[in-house]
Amino acid sequence: MRRKTVSRFAGLLATLAVAVASLMQGASALAQPAAAEGGPAMVGAPHNWGVNLQPAAGPIKEAIHDFNSLVLWLMVIITAFVGILLVWVVYRFRASANPVPSRTSHNTVLEIAWTVIPVLILLVIAIPSFRLIYYEDRAPDPALTVNVTGRQWYWHYAYPEQGNFAFDSYPVQEADLKPDQLRNLAVDEPMVIPVGQDIRIITTGQDVIHSFFVPSLGVQKYTIPGRTLETWMRADRVGTFYGQCNQICGQNHWFMPIVVKAVPQAEFDSWVASARQRFSAEGPATPAPTPTKVADAAAAVAR
Amino acid sequence: MATASDTHHTHDHHDHTPGFVARWFFSTNHKDIGILYLIFAVAAALVGVGLSLLMRLELASPGLQYFADGQAWNVAVTAHGVVMVFFVIMPALIGGFGNYFVPIMIGAPDMAFPRLNNISFWLLVPALILAVGSLFVGGAGTGWTLYPPLSNSTYQSGMGVDMALFALHLAGASSILGAANFITTIFNMRAPGMTLHKMPLFVWGMLVTAFLLLLSVPVLGGAITMLITDRNFGTAFFDPAGGGDPVLFQHLFWFFGHPEVYIMILPGFGIISHVLSTFSRKPIFGYLGMAYAMVAIGVVGFVVWAHHMFTSGISVDTRAYFMAATMVIAVPTGIKIFSWIATMWGGSIRFTTPMLFAIGFVFLFTVGGVSGVKLANASVDVILHNTYYVVAHFHYVLSLGAVFSIYAGFYYWIGKMSGKQYPEFWGQIHFWMTFIGVNLTFFPMHFLGAQGMPRRYPDYPDAFSGWNMVASVGAYISVASFVVFLYVCWRTFTSKEVAAANPWGEGATTLEWQVSSPPPFHTFDELPRIR
Repeated sequence: MRRKTVSRFAGLLATLAVAVASLMQGASALAQPAAAEGGPAMVGAPHNWGVNLQPAAGPIKEAIHDFNSLVLWLMVIITAFVGILLVWVVYRFRASANPVPSRTSHNTVLEIAWTVIPVLILLVIAIPSFRLIYYEDRAPDPALTVNVTGRQWYWHYAYPEQGNFAFDSYPVQEADLKPDQLRNLAVDEPMVIPVGQDIRIITTGQDVIHSFFVPSLGVQKYTIPGRTLETWMRADRVGTFYGQCNQICGQNHWFMPIVVKAVPQAEFDSWVASARQRFSAEGPATPAPTPTKVADAAAAVAR
Repeated sequence: MATASDTHHTHDHHDHTPGFVARWFFSTNHKDIGILYLIFAVAAALVGVGLSLLMRLELASPGLQYFADGQAWNVAVTAHGVVMVFFVIMPALIGGFGNYFVPIMIGAPDMAFPRLNNISFWLLVPALILAVGSLFVGGAGTGWTLYPPLSNSTYQSGMGVDMALFALHLAGASSILGAANFITTIFNMRAPGMTLHKMPLFVWGMLVTAFLLLLSVPVLGGAITMLITDRNFGTAFFDPAGGGDPVLFQHLFWFFGHPEVYIMILPGFGIISHVLSTFSRKPIFGYLGMAYAMVAIGVVGFVVWAHHMFTSGISVDTRAYFMAATMVIAVPTGIKIFSWIATMWGGSIRFTTPMLFAIGFVFLFTVGGVSGVKLANASVDVILHNTYYVVAHFHYVLSLGAVFSIYAGFYYWIGKMSGKQYPEFWGQIHFWMTFIGVNLTFFPMHFLGAQGMPRRYPDYPDAFSGWNMVASVGAYISVASFVVFLYVCWRTFTSKEVAAANPWGEGATTLEWQVSSPPPFHTFDELPRIR
């Protein structure tokens, strides 16, 4: 029994080593500056038979990837450990191989070990996770703000700092799809953001709760009536990033996709210019976030 | 241990059973009520499984095929969840096995309040009728979480939601009464010598479960009462236009909802412990650790509810707290997993059907447990919240965890309850079909979730079609395995093979194996004396 305990400890040491290695990778990714702008346009969308996370288009998602790999490997190791133990027990202690059962029902060392070691593993997970949730929370100095409103069943985006224009983003019906558009993911008017900039996202609800969810940018927030919530995102690569409403919101919950297009700053500026023209006639936009909100946000970030 | 069966034969005249109507409709006998609960759970499972088959048929390929529209889909999703949680798993584990075996295992003549026990069961029948009936008047297209504003009268105007809410009220009242009954029974009616620290682990599981029910279900009651008045009497508890708050409902719901998931699994933990111990012919490893791990899970389970709300706008410090508290639960859960393996270690293991289900449970619950640790991290939950990753996780702990423990309990105890033994061959066929089917159904959902597929979608982007097809094939196998289970039931009840008082041999040490199969109508004419 004792020798087996020792070998189990060795296995867990290896586990911890892997964890620490991933941790350090994660830390370096967090510290990296923004990747080069431009490059080939990226598509942030699911792909058939995909088994892992959608590719990362920005720093939040990259950090999530690193953290996810750490936890995933720990999960695989723990599950494999339990699975191998079970197979071994089933094989070694089947009635025909071991007709006389032992009467052992206590082993203090073992019981302490399987209480303390999981605590250590959880600490290995928790420390980078805490860092990450504070990093994900708010952008300290966002370049611009987009107000997002989920509505049954389309999205409404407002740009309060670019002349306060606003527009609706409707899904493209299956019959109207162009050859290069993805079914159930394409919209008529995507949200456009400048690449490499921190974007503050302010969500609010109007009818029922929806959820603004773009996997490849690592961002998700509910849009709740009567509430104003803040999060942020940044695309470090030019591209088109797809998401979908992720909180049950009625009849067409499955058909209110999100498209975020990240473009170079110059292209963004000209888009803003044309968007102000096109959308100004459509009535008053959603008001900009109140100054107190922004001050709160700044205070929270400073903290 | 006591030998109550001897006393039974010498006092046969005490063992007269009432007539059919009095016995099954006005029953105050814990064993008969337990049987009623089990029959009820199987009947409700037909509805729940039928709905999941419909859903997997729809999701087998992209595009809307069987469902008229998203509302019909949402109604089916909601009904599947509500039926499985409140009318299948809880009645089977708590009402069924709990009622039947808790009194026998602690050497009590019956439950403390037999008539309360009767009303607990009969409240469930109108509850199920309301829940299923709501499907025919528009249903509740809200998800089982019932979040307003979607569940208020503006967005779900029909009677369906009200009927579903009343169904939950009745089921909740039934649970609260049952919980009071269990607590009283376990604290006051243990046989002489049956101290708390000698109590079988199934009874420990039921005791903790009863406390969770007693403390959490009233919170659900409060939440849905406010929802009912919001819907029907113009109040605005959850309507920001009237000074209310939709997020308040989420807090109330999950204050109930998270303990609820432990309510569904703790009795199963107990069953698994007995099955593993019996068929390893070894005492349970680390008995006290196992018992107090369940207590710890129950206590900590009450202070982690907002991990269901990481994207609802709770502050980052709050997220940090709920993340840390949630991960703590992995520690007692780990103690249980390793203690189960240690129980088998050194044993002399026989692979009967209940043992197969129990071993399957240990592995699958581990898979569901580690994905739970990942989801506990708010940092990564931001991209997994509400995706199929969550669906995979909670089906691994419930559809594979709780349901496997129900099957383990069924095969372990059906000989005791019916007096007839199940067919071993068909039991094992049932196990392997279920094991393959459910894994094929739910494992690919991890991939779909990682790729970002949201829950409660009747149609999805084409990129999700591959794994959805695999999951649907798995679901067909699972449904076929349920048919095999029904066949096993039929074979068992028509069997001529009489079950012995203790068919499992020396490994089965709890009191129910000391009495005949089935136990006499009044189990103990004289209280057994423990050691």
